[in-house]
Amino acid sequence: MKETRPSSPAPVPPAPLAALLRADFTKKFPGGPVIQAEALNLAGTGVTVLFGPSGSGKTTILRCLAGLEMPDAGEIFFGDQAWFAAGKVRVPPNQRRLGFVPQDYALFPHLTVAGNIAYGLHGRPGAEIRARVAELLGWLGLDGLGARRPAELSGGQQQRTALARAVASRPRLLLLDEPLTALDTPTRQRLRGELRRLLRQLAIPTIIVTHDRMEALALGDDLVVLAEGRIVQRGPVQEVFSRPASLTVAGIVAVETIQPGRVLELTGGLAIVQVGTVKLTAVANDLPAGSMDIFVCIRAEDVILSTDPELHSSPRNRLPATVRAIIAEGPLSRIELDCGFPLTAVLTKQACAEMGLTENTQVLALLKAPQIHLVPRGN
Amino acid sequence: MTEADWQLISFSARMAVGSTLLILPLGVALAWLLARRNWPGKTLVETAVSLPLVLPPVVTGLVLLQLFGLHGPLGRWLHTQFGLEVVFTWKAVVLALGVMSLPLLVLAARTAIEQVNPALEQIARTLGAGEWRVLFTVTLPLARRGILAGVLLAFARALGEFGATIMVAGNIPGRTTTLPVAIYYAVQNGEDIHAWTLAGVSLAIAFLALWLGGKYLRNRR
Repeated sequence: MKETRPSSPAPVPPAPLAALLRADFTKKFPGGPVIQAEALNLAGTGVTVLFGPSGSGKTTILRCLAGLEMPDAGEIFFGDQAWFAAGKVRVPPNQRRLGFVPQDYALFPHLTVAGNIAYGLHGRPGAEIRARVAELLGWLGLDGLGARRPAELSGGQQQRTALARAVASRPRLLLLDEPLTALDTPTRQRLRGELRRLLRQLAIPTIIVTHDRMEALALGDDLVVLAEGRIVQRGPVQEVFSRPASLTVAGIVAVETIQPGRVLELTGGLAIVQVGTVKLTAVANDLPAGSMDIFVCIRAEDVILSTDPELHSSPRNRLPATVRAIIAEGPLSRIELDCGFPLTAVLTKQACAEMGLTENTQVLALLKAPQIHLVPRGN
Repeated sequence: MTEADWQLISFSARMAVGSTLLILPLGVALAWLLARRNWPGKTLVETAVSLPLVLPPVVTGLVLLQLFGLHGPLGRWLHTQFGLEVVFTWKAVVLALGVMSLPLLVLAARTAIEQVNPALEQIARTLGAGEWRVLFTVTLPLARRGILAGVLLAFARALGEFGATIMVAGNIPGRTTTLPVAIYYAVQNGEDIHAWTLAGVSLAIAFLALWLGGKYLRNRR
């Protein structure tokens, strides 16, 4: 098939102006499911997270957008430029002007850090290249490391070098494949908030692939949930997590309560967090120092309910709550509570009946500190 | 050693270096095509290039003699188009050395190129690099140790080539005689000391090439 330069007129109608990226395509690998990126549209400079379990097709979609794979059918537009149209247009990756950070970073081992960052600046005046590289090294906290080889860097430094290389030429679209998965757990938790801050400052439309729900929450503005090659839900990240549209999505996201909160105090690994009208105690080991604005994430099965107000128990957080709704879900009942903020619990139908729960019942919601997850949303 | 000996050594070294330099771009291009691309006839070309490894060198020489002789298809064409005569000239020496050492270069370079992580080439493309820039800034630099090893093998092979050279270039002292051929005829004529002197020179050149190559491979990452 013939490769078409972006400047040549494409015999396909331009995309609507509202969508910056408009993708609608299918791709199948032998033995795999059909990957369908149906109406995957992007507007503005926010961060869209492609989220799903492994094998759900998210990396394939990202690689098709990058031009490293070509879809079998459908089309991809960026602005009014066709990147792909089955049988007509195939713009190769080097003409798409995008930044791509693969999961293992793929830093050039034979080049220095500075050489890696400068790779995409080829053809520009030397002074401009040096200035841009210096600027990126400074911005990413890599000062003094420009002459090192990638093998001499820590995982976090490699990740930032890969990001610097991808954004050096100011691409129009940034694609990150599992940007933190290759790192060890403490580094990953530390870099989550940092990466969010960097992406905010860059203000380049960004698509991130991840299977980690905390990563999705920390980094994303919008969420696209994938299951078995299909898009099953999309929307603002907090909304999709707290209101899964189907059991499939609920099974994938599995975090029923997500509320914005504020860190009031941090002592000895514990954080006091203001959520709605109440204060919660949570384990703060995921939090980088200085985080203030956070999401509080609580899974429904971690919420313990009691009707005995005198109960003595171990959980740190004891919240008086009112039952607002009881929703039957097979053998389980989903209990929507108001405890100063909306909280979701899940019980067996039997337990629900034994406790005599109905609307407006007063209960005590018990939450263990380690089961409250704090996700930084720092700017 | 006589003046003629020095000329012989110089000629032999120049032929080996020349044939190696000549097959370098061809061999690397072939290695890349075999490692990174699928094309019709790939297996055929792959086999043809490797044939000199398994054929007796004199058979390869015989085939070259038939092809490039004045009555051979290629020889006649070169003669009528460019007035070139190949067989029994220094050009035939370069031809024989090149054909005999090409498979060693292609094998080594192909393995080296196959070991370059394709993800690095892909990332280079997303950074705006076209295929040539990817080749010269990513693939070849990362494969350079294997390619250099192939160059050394090819040079050593060229320096020691006997069978194909004698068939297609013969033994014309001062014009086509190479070190191995001269050693053979020295022994035939009972000049044992002369033969051993030339053998020592061969050993010295080969040793020097391998030593310099090894030094380079150790020093450069």
